[in-house]
Amino acid sequence: MSTSGAMQGALSSRRLPRWAPLAVVVGAAALSVATFAVTPLSGVADLLVVTALACTVTLTVATWLVEGRRRAVDRLATTAVTLALVLTLIPLGTTFGYTISRGLKRISGTFLTHSMAGVTPLSPGGGIYHAIVGTAEQVLLASLMAVPVGLLVAIYLTEYGRGAFGTAIRFLIDVMTGIPSIVAGLFVLAFWVLALGKGFSGFAAAMALAILELPIVVRSAEEMLRLVPAALREASYALGVAKWRTILRIVLPTASTGIVTGIMLAVARVTGETAPVLLVAGNNSFINTDPFHGGQASLPLFIFQGAKSSSNFDVDRAWAASLTLITIVAVLFIAARLLTGRSALARR
Amino acid sequence: MSAAVGSSDVVPLTGRRSTRRAEAAFRWGTRLAGVLVFVILGAIAVFLVVKALPAFHEDNASFWTTKTWNPDGTKVFGVAALLFGTVLSSALALVMAVPVALGVAIYITQYAPRRLSALLAYTTDMLAAVPSVIYGLWGLLFLLPHLIGLQLFLHHYLGWIPLFAGDKGEINGYSKSILGAAVILAIMILPIVAAIAREVLRQVDPAQREAALALGATRWEMIRTAVLPPSRPGIVSGIMLGLGRALGETIAVALVIGNVFSTSWKVLPPGGNTIAANIANRFGESGALGRSALIASGLVLFALTLAVNLIARWVIYRSGTHERSSV
Repeated sequence: MSTSGAMQGALSSRRLPRWAPLAVVVGAAALSVATFAVTPLSGVADLLVVTALACTVTLTVATWLVEGRRRAVDRLATTAVTLALVLTLIPLGTTFGYTISRGLKRISGTFLTHSMAGVTPLSPGGGIYHAIVGTAEQVLLASLMAVPVGLLVAIYLTEYGRGAFGTAIRFLIDVMTGIPSIVAGLFVLAFWVLALGKGFSGFAAAMALAILELPIVVRSAEEMLRLVPAALREASYALGVAKWRTILRIVLPTASTGIVTGIMLAVARVTGETAPVLLVAGNNSFINTDPFHGGQASLPLFIFQGAKSSSNFDVDRAWAASLTLITIVAVLFIAARLLTGRSALARR
Repeated sequence: MSAAVGSSDVVPLTGRRSTRRAEAAFRWGTRLAGVLVFVILGAIAVFLVVKALPAFHEDNASFWTTKTWNPDGTKVFGVAALLFGTVLSSALALVMAVPVALGVAIYITQYAPRRLSALLAYTTDMLAAVPSVIYGLWGLLFLLPHLIGLQLFLHHYLGWIPLFAGDKGEINGYSKSILGAAVILAIMILPIVAAIAREVLRQVDPAQREAALALGATRWEMIRTAVLPPSRPGIVSGIMLGLGRALGETIAVALVIGNVFSTSWKVLPPGGNTIAANIANRFGESGALGRSALIASGLVLFALTLAVNLIARWVIYRSGTHERSSV
């Protein structure tokens, strides 16, 4: 407004050239590197911070001088949200990058196919086969409990639950989503281990995981069932098919891709859960394929104990186990996303 | 949502008695699953209270004001320090995560080209997929050493703020502190807040945005006047859900926090503890009363997260948007 361009009444006011932001970034980076070379300032992180600050200030001031205050504020906002994106990508890149580089140093075929039987913290060797078996069985058992119940609840909410009871359940499912994982573990400890006097076992861990998995399954399945067109149901009714058969034969198959995606994301979530397993699985350094009797290991638990250990061998093993776990979770996550892209309902 | 999508109000005519019976059985089956949700939540509350009672009875000090934890020895223990650390670390995490999360959500919904927008949404969601134990390991061995520079900077230039005060000798080293826990928590709740904010921002009527632009608003003015105001309730509830997650996060915090019982505001020197981290770190060495005491502290955490989540849901239900994210 106060710039000469606007004063002249031209329709297009003066603008910075399109290459200006890029030029400022390059210039600020070069200047920062030069400053760091001659002054006692050092460190990659510091350099990035100084560069980002220099860019923001230069761009905003330049825009203010040439284009005016409103455009300068706009430019500042653009810079800020772009920096927010960069800030988000840094932890993502470093967690994956560091886990992969540390994990690759230790991981091997032997590591994946052997247990920790007879391996002390202060010796190399050993593996995570026992933990992989434990995690697989616990997650499978948890899903066997959570998925059928979750689907039934979702069907009730979309097809039957119109009244106060439906609203109440929908609300409780929302509440259940917010239960901290350690509280789910404490509940199974209080109920299964302390009150009923059962021992620590893989099944106890699976129960805690099921509590965490249930609301995720319900919510994703409910969302998918709602996307099924009412016309499909009505066409089925018109042909004289009963409601329950319509749900099982028409509605569920139509929504199946989306439901499977939701289940995969739920499984990915609970596979990495440590807190409940820590409280009730009991741990084991031997292979225990029976989830109902005796302590069982699990991948997240193995990593947690390695992280707390003062032995470098344990830490290395924890990194290799982290690489295994993050690979399993990422594969589930990416597969679920790819499946979403193929779902006919998701594209509607 | 168009009328053609969603469950139907039409009910089929049912003829034969066997069909009616099957229909009733199926309906009751689904309803029973709903009842099970009630039962599970009720059982969680009941069993936590029952198993926490011995701890409340046998505590030789006030459970709410004591800052030590020795249930198996002197029977003196309390949640004061734990509750303080839980709230302080989560609040700091919110301060760090919320601006960044909103920035990312605004970038993805308002700035990024369509194709890039979907890719970036997947990518930021990946942050939520990383298991917390891996955040803990990474935080302990990668993040904490890299935070020393920031800690010294905060202490040197902002040390006059009580939060950043402390003895320089203590700060100048690899330390498990409240700050470390808060940074890890911020990274962990960032994708949750960002995902919800993204969904909320996406639902703003495009006509509103175009109207603002047509009136000559710059892109930021359009966002500030047309996009953010209608999204406020959704964003607030997203922040509350993120807070709920931060309060209850266990394993990552257990690995990067000092495990010290105090109510010090200083976030830089080694120290700090949270309810959840204390449960994870002490469970192995606890006896009967020790376990009961941990369950009692878990009950406090349950109540706290429940309250935060209820407020979040209340904000959504009141605003009528009924936004539900799957994260």
